[in-house]
Amino acid sequence: MENHLLSIVTFLPVFGAVIIALIPKEKLDIIRWGAAAITGLQLILAIWILYIFDFSSSEVQLQEHFAWIPAFNIEYFMGIDGLSAPMILLTALLSFLAVFTSWNIEKAQKGYFALFLLLDAGMMGVFVSLDFFLFYIFWEVMLLPMYFLIGIWGGPQREYAAIKFFLYTLFGSVLLLLGMLALYFISEPHTFNMLILAEHSSQFGNALLLGMNAGKVIFILLFIGFAIKVPIFPFHTWLPLAHVEAPTAISVILAGVLLKMGTYGFLRISFPVLKDATLWFALPLAILGLINIIYGAMAALAQRDLKKMVAYSSVSHMGFVLLGMAALTPAGINGAVFQMFNHGTISAMLFMLVGVVYDRAHHRDIEGFGGIAKVVPIYAGVTAMAFFAGLGLPGFSGFISEALCFIGAFPVFTWITIFATIGIVLNAAYFLWAYQRIFMGELNSKYENLEEINNRELFALIPLAIITFFLGVYPTPMLNLMSSTLNHLVEAVKTAGMVAGL
Amino acid sequence: MNLNQIMTDLSYFIPEMMLTGILLLVILFDLFQKADTSIRSGYVALGGLILVTIALLGQDVSTSVGIFSNMLAVDPFSNFLKILVTVGTMLVMWMSFNSNELKNRRVGEYYTLLLTLVLGMYFLVSATHLLSIYISLEMVSIMSYLLSGYLKEQMRSNEASIKYVVFGAFSSGILLYGFSLLYGLTGSANIFEIQAALSAGTVSPALMMVILIMILVGFGYKIAAVPFHFWTPDVYEGAPAPITAFLSVAPKAAGFAIIIRFFNVALSSAGNPNMEAWAALSNMDWQSVLGVLAILSMTVGNVIALQQSNIKRMLAYSSIAHAGYMLLGVVVADQTGIAAVLYYAAVYMLMNLGAFFVAIHIKNEFDTEEIEDYKALGYRAPVLGVIMAIFMFSLTGLPPTGGFVAKFYIFRALIEYGDMYFWLALIGLINGVISLYYYMRVVKAMYFGKIELPDTVHQAPLNITVLLSVLALPLLFAWMLGDPLSAFAQNAVQFFIQ
Repeated sequence: MENHLLSIVTFLPVFGAVIIALIPKEKLDIIRWGAAAITGLQLILAIWILYIFDFSSSEVQLQEHFAWIPAFNIEYFMGIDGLSAPMILLTALLSFLAVFTSWNIEKAQKGYFALFLLLDAGMMGVFVSLDFFLFYIFWEVMLLPMYFLIGIWGGPQREYAAIKFFLYTLFGSVLLLLGMLALYFISEPHTFNMLILAEHSSQFGNALLLGMNAGKVIFILLFIGFAIKVPIFPFHTWLPLAHVEAPTAISVILAGVLLKMGTYGFLRISFPVLKDATLWFALPLAILGLINIIYGAMAALAQRDLKKMVAYSSVSHMGFVLLGMAALTPAGINGAVFQMFNHGTISAMLFMLVGVVYDRAHHRDIEGFGGIAKVVPIYAGVTAMAFFAGLGLPGFSGFISEALCFIGAFPVFTWITIFATIGIVLNAAYFLWAYQRIFMGELNSKYENLEEINNRELFALIPLAIITFFLGVYPTPMLNLMSSTLNHLVEAVKTAGMVAGL
Repeated sequence: MNLNQIMTDLSYFIPEMMLTGILLLVILFDLFQKADTSIRSGYVALGGLILVTIALLGQDVSTSVGIFSNMLAVDPFSNFLKILVTVGTMLVMWMSFNSNELKNRRVGEYYTLLLTLVLGMYFLVSATHLLSIYISLEMVSIMSYLLSGYLKEQMRSNEASIKYVVFGAFSSGILLYGFSLLYGLTGSANIFEIQAALSAGTVSPALMMVILIMILVGFGYKIAAVPFHFWTPDVYEGAPAPITAFLSVAPKAAGFAIIIRFFNVALSSAGNPNMEAWAALSNMDWQSVLGVLAILSMTVGNVIALQQSNIKRMLAYSSIAHAGYMLLGVVVADQTGIAAVLYYAAVYMLMNLGAFFVAIHIKNEFDTEEIEDYKALGYRAPVLGVIMAIFMFSLTGLPPTGGFVAKFYIFRALIEYGDMYFWLALIGLINGVISLYYYMRVVKAMYFGKIELPDTVHQAPLNITVLLSVLALPLLFAWMLGDPLSAFAQNAVQFFIQ
C-alpha cells in the first residue's frame, strides 16, 4: 500500500469520476457528497503522505518506478520531495474545499463533478510525476476538463474564455513537447527521467541545437510553456478572462493550483536540468518578475470588477515567486515555494469570497456596493482578513513568503528588489480601496437585505483562514518541509555555474 | 519463369486470390437477389473480408519475397498495410449497412466495387515495378470514381465523380509521363534496377528533379496533399458519406505506402532502412521538396478547415492537414519515420472513420451536416456526444488519446533526425494548435451554449454504438498498455530488398 500511495492519491479521483458518472443524475445529494468524500479521502491521504515524509532528506521519497513504454524508455515514475509535497497538500486541500464551493452549481451537476474530479487527478499527477513524458500527459490531460468546466458552467463570455485558455495553454504545451523531445535526444542514454536528466545537466550546455547552445534553446522553449501557465507578462492575457468567466470553484482551482504548475515546472525541470541556462536567464526572469508585480498591481488597481481585480492580484503575487526563484539563494527560493503555497490558499479565499457576494448580488462591480459591512458583518470580517492576507500584512503567511523573496533577492538583484517593493504599496492600495468602496460608507439601499455568508461557505473558508494565519505566525513546519530539497537545488545550480565559470 | 516458380509465387498470393474469389462470389450471389434483399451481398462481402483478414494475419512474412518477376513484394510492410486497409473497409461496410443514402437501392455492385478497390490497394501497397504501380493506382482510382458517383440521381454525387475523374486522369497522365522518362533514362521499370541505375549517377540531377516532381503529382493527388488537393472537398461532400469516410483513410494509406516504398527503394537506400535515407539522391535536396509539401498541406488544410461550416467539408480539409503530418514522417524516411507514418495511418483511420461515422449517423437521424446544428448534441445524445468528443480530441492530438501518440511518434522521429527538421516539427506542432480551434467548434456546438434539456434522449442503435466504441476505445486505452500497435508498426518497417 505504502509503495503505491502516490498512484492511489492521483487516480482516486479518476475512480471517483467513474463512480459519479454511474450515479443517476437526479440523485444530486449523492453526487455532491460522493465528490466530497472522494476529495476528502484524497486530502486524508495527502496528509498521511506528509506524515510519513522524511523532512530532513532532500531525496525523492515514496518512489514508484516501472517501465511503461520500454521501446522509448518511457517510465511510470512517481515520487515526491520537498518541492512537490506542499503542492500535493495544496491540491488536495483546495480540491476538497472547492467541492463545497461548487454546491450551488445549477446545471448538469453530474458532469460537473465528474470533470472536476478528472481535473483533480490531472493536477495531482503533474505534481507527483518524475518522468517528463508522464508529467506532460498529466499537464495536457488537465486541459480537457478545464475547457469544459469553463465553457459549460462559466459566465456570459465563457465560450470565448474557454477556447482562449485552451489555445494559449496548448500553444505553450507544444513548445514544452519540443523541449522535452530535445532533452530526450540530447541525453545519453535517451531518457525522460527527470532525475537522470538533472544528473546529466552538463550535456545540454555543451550540445548544440539549431546552431545555438542547446541548453539555452531548450530553456526558452520550456520557459514559454511554463510562462503561459504562470502567467508571466506578456503571456498573461488569457488569465483575467478565464478567471473571471470560470465558475467560482474553478477560479479557485485556476488561481490556487494551476498557476503554481508553471513555477513548479521551472523548479522541477528547467532549474535542475538546465543549470547553466538557468543562471544565464536569472536576470531576465527577475525583470519579468518585477514587471509582473508592478503591472499586475496597477492593472488590479484599475479594475471595477472585483473578480478581475483578484485575478490581476494573482499576476502580481506570482511576480514575487519569480523574483524569489530568479535570485537562486536559499532564502529566495524557499520564499518562492512558500509564496506558491500561500498564494494558493489566499487567492482561493479571495475567489471564494467574490463568489459569495456574486451569488447574492449577481454582479461584482466594486462601485455597485457600499456600506454592506453593516448588513453582513461576518462576511465583511472574513473578507477583511483575506484582503489583509492578500496585501501581505504581518501576521499572515503571505507576509513571510514575500519577505523571504525580498530577502533572498536583495543581495542579488538590489535595484529590482527595491522597485519591487512598490508593488507591496500598490497591493495594499487596491485591496484597501476596494474594501472601502464595498464595505464602508453609506449603505447602498439595494443591499439592505443582503444575506449573510452561510455555514457551508464558511466551512470552505475557515480552514484556509486558519492555515494562512497559522503559517503567518509559525511558518517553520512548512519551511522545514521544503528547505532541504530547495537548498540542495540552489547548491546544485550554483556549483554547476562555478564549474562552467559563470 | 517456369511453372514451378509461378506455383511458388502463387503460394504467397493466397489472400489476393481469396479476395478475387469472394469478389466473383458476390457478383454471382447478387444475381439471385432482389433490390430489397441486395444488402445480403454486403454481408457476404463483409464475411469474405473477415476470412481474408485471417489469411493475412496468418501469412508468413518472416522472409520477404518478390513475386511474379518482382512485380509485387510480399513483406511485413505490405502485410501491415493490407490488414490496415481491409480493417478500414470492413468498418466502412458496417457503416454502409446503416446508411440512409444507400437504402432502397441495389447495393450489390456497391460492395463489389468496394472489394475491387481493396484488391487494387493490395497490389498498390506491394507494387515494386512501374507497371504494377501504375495499374494498381488506376485500379484504385477508377473504383473510387465509380463509388463517388454511386448516387446516380444526385447532382452532387455526379459532380463529385466527374471532378474526381478529371483531376485523376490529369494527374495519372503526368505520373505516367514521369514514369516513361524514368524508364527511358534508367533502362528499367523495376524499382530495384532503377535504384541501381540512379546510384551509378548517370542521370542528371536536374532532369531527375523534373521526373520526380511529375511522379509526385501522381502520388500527391492520391494522398490529397497540397497543391494536388483541389478535388478533395467537392468529392468528399458529394460522394456517399461512407465512401467519403473510406476515401479519406484507406486509399490515402495505400498512397502513402507507395510513396514510402518508391522513395525508399528506388530513390534512396535500396530499401535498407538502416542506410542513410535519400542516398541515391545525395546531390538533390529532395527532403526539402517533401518538407514544403508537408508544410503546405498542414497549413492550407488547417486554415481552410477553420472556415468550414459543413462537417464533411471540415473533415475533408482536416484530412489534407493530416496528410501533411504524415508527410513529415516520410521526410525523415528512416526506420522511426516510417514506423511513425504507419502508426499514424492506423490511428488516423480509427479517429477519422469515427468522426465521419458520427456525422453519417447524425445525418441519418437529424438530417443535417452543419456543425451549428450539432447544438446540444451532448445532451440530446449523450453517448454519441462523448464518443464524438473523443474523436475530436484525438484528431487534435491531445493526450491521452491515440492521436497524441501518433503525433508524438512523428515529431519524435523529426527531432531525433537532428537540427534539420526542428523547424518542421515546430510548424507541425503549431498547426496542431490551429486545428484545435475548428475541432473544438464541434465540441463547443455539442456542449456549450444555452442548454435546453431535451424531452427525450436519443439512443443510437446498438450496432452503431458498438461500431463507434470499437473505434473509440483503442484510441483511449491501447497505448496506455505499452502500445501494442506501435510494436506492430515497428515490425512492419521491413521492405522486400532484392
